[in-house]
Amino acid sequence: MKVLERAKKTLLADLFRQMYLIRVFEEKCGELYGKGLIRGFLHLYIGQEANAVGAISVLRPEDHIVTHYRDHGHALARGLDVNRCMAELFGRATGVSRGKGGSMHLFDASRNFYGGHAIVGGHFPLACGLALAAQYKREDRVVLVFFGDGSVNQGTFHEAMNLASLWRLPVIFYLENNLYGMGSAAGRVRAAGSDFQGAGHAYGMDVVTVDGMDVMAVREATQAAAERARSGKGPAFIEAKTFRFQGHSMADPVKYRGHSEVEHWRKRDPLVTFPRTLVENGLVPEKELDRIRKEVEATIDEAIKFAEDSPWPGPEAVNEDIYA
Amino acid sequence: MREALQRGLREALDGNPNVYLMGEDIGAYGGAYAITAGFIDEYGPERIRDVPISENTFVGAAIGSAIGGLRPIVEFMSISFSLLAFDQMINIGAAIRYMSGGQFKVPIVIRAPTGSGIQLAATHSHAFENWLASVPGFRVVAPTTPYDALGLLRSALAEDNPVIMAEHVSLYGRRGEVPDDRYTVPIGKADVKLAGSDITLVAFAHGVVTAFEVADKLKERGIAAEVIDLRSLRPLDMDTILKSIAKTNRVALIDDNWRTGGMMAEVSAQISEQGFDLLDGPVARVGGDDVPAPYSRPLEQLVIPDSDRVIQAIQKTYGI
Repeated sequence: MKVLERAKKTLLADLFRQMYLIRVFEEKCGELYGKGLIRGFLHLYIGQEANAVGAISVLRPEDHIVTHYRDHGHALARGLDVNRCMAELFGRATGVSRGKGGSMHLFDASRNFYGGHAIVGGHFPLACGLALAAQYKREDRVVLVFFGDGSVNQGTFHEAMNLASLWRLPVIFYLENNLYGMGSAAGRVRAAGSDFQGAGHAYGMDVVTVDGMDVMAVREATQAAAERARSGKGPAFIEAKTFRFQGHSMADPVKYRGHSEVEHWRKRDPLVTFPRTLVENGLVPEKELDRIRKEVEATIDEAIKFAEDSPWPGPEAVNEDIYA
Repeated sequence: MREALQRGLREALDGNPNVYLMGEDIGAYGGAYAITAGFIDEYGPERIRDVPISENTFVGAAIGSAIGGLRPIVEFMSISFSLLAFDQMINIGAAIRYMSGGQFKVPIVIRAPTGSGIQLAATHSHAFENWLASVPGFRVVAPTTPYDALGLLRSALAEDNPVIMAEHVSLYGRRGEVPDDRYTVPIGKADVKLAGSDITLVAFAHGVVTAFEVADKLKERGIAAEVIDLRSLRPLDMDTILKSIAKTNRVALIDDNWRTGGMMAEVSAQISEQGFDLLDGPVARVGGDDVPAPYSRPLEQLVIPDSDRVIQAIQKTYGI
């Protein structure tokens, strides 16, 4: 509560707005996928919003972000244009990646947002490289890399942790532990089970565990990690315990987990708990939250219209952007 | 060729503070093929970076640093080990620009000792430059002479795209003239290394050495071979090849590497598409045997095509 009371009310309202923006964006994406307007693979971020919003909200504009294929939330939290994100999912020329990346590959160089990477764990080296460039050029930047519990079994995870720690690279490793790598519970595919406390020890890193359903807790943990990385002490490792309410992708019938588990986590839905706390403690009135909800819903409707009205990429685009 | 590469690397390091070298044992050890011997004393460990044996990650980090504004030059200890880094090279290095709609540049040079012939057996004798040359987003070069090595390295360092420089291990000790001026060799331009009128021999890297042996033997019989060194595998300079075939009406393609799906399979296909009418007979293609590289000297020599095998193929195809 103290954290909440200290925070500015405009900030609290904005954190809610961002989480709600992601929630509605994702719900609409699910609908549009059903209608065939969005194709390919679609991985929804519903349930995990507090992570992207909380962690990114404490970064500076010059900091870098690299993420995995469940990337809509991070893109929107970073302030990528909602219209252009939606247009990307529609495969239109106005998309953030000119319609060449799709859902899993959102990029925006102007916001230091480096994707959207769809080979599990394939983005760890990129995060190290961006951090190396910052360190080499004596720039005051940190790199925040989001990853899931499935990716910690990849060689790149261990190699990147070693490299980052060895060279004291300013990287924040942010594990969104949503308990399942596709349909595999972490404990079924990982010798150390679902406990990630020791995951950084071999590389001289402590793991700070945080409630990934609590946006303020995420902010606090990421702030501390960013300070550590910025001070030259090397990388930091956060494990956020979180949950995706939907399946892995739209193709997932979710047969591997029970209804009660989902219900348990739904009670901790940040889009339920956070606004409730704000109202109950008189920090942001319900009326204001309603106004934000309406504004966000209008923004998403507008984004869908923008995407639908946008042109398809012309045939000339096929051979563009291969070489600089 | 070693000194030419060293000169090019020093120029790059001296000319741009954002250039750094990265690779396994390139610093204190001096590099597996001693290309960077002594560099760490001159430039320090921040610019001559030894890395852990984590090919996928250090190459990926180099790519990331290029995206972040540096100009890395990576050295693989062997192109054989590039297998471990294909994910980073292809999925990020070659594709991030396209996937992002042109938002990022990847100015990186990846140097890779390649090829067989020094009895390193199946895991250490690979030559994946043809695989890499099939990837849109890469440029791939393979010099044969010290002159080309330095000229191509300079061009590679002027590129804002990933360039792979395949350096055949048997050529590092090769000698040749290198002028003092700042010449460059353009990427995407083959070179007529020997002019002739009777048959065109197309090769690259160590294959060019074989091609010259073939040309010498043909000369004894009064046949003048033209030797074309591809130098660049992507983009491929078909114009130079077709121009030569228009003159000779015969062509033999020489490649040390596995014949199936090899670089010369592509060259052959393009010749048949674009130069079918120029030929007096089919393309004579000579490639390495489709076997994992054997260790034993006589066996290894058996699988790498030599000049006799090329001459037999020419005789069989063209009756000369």
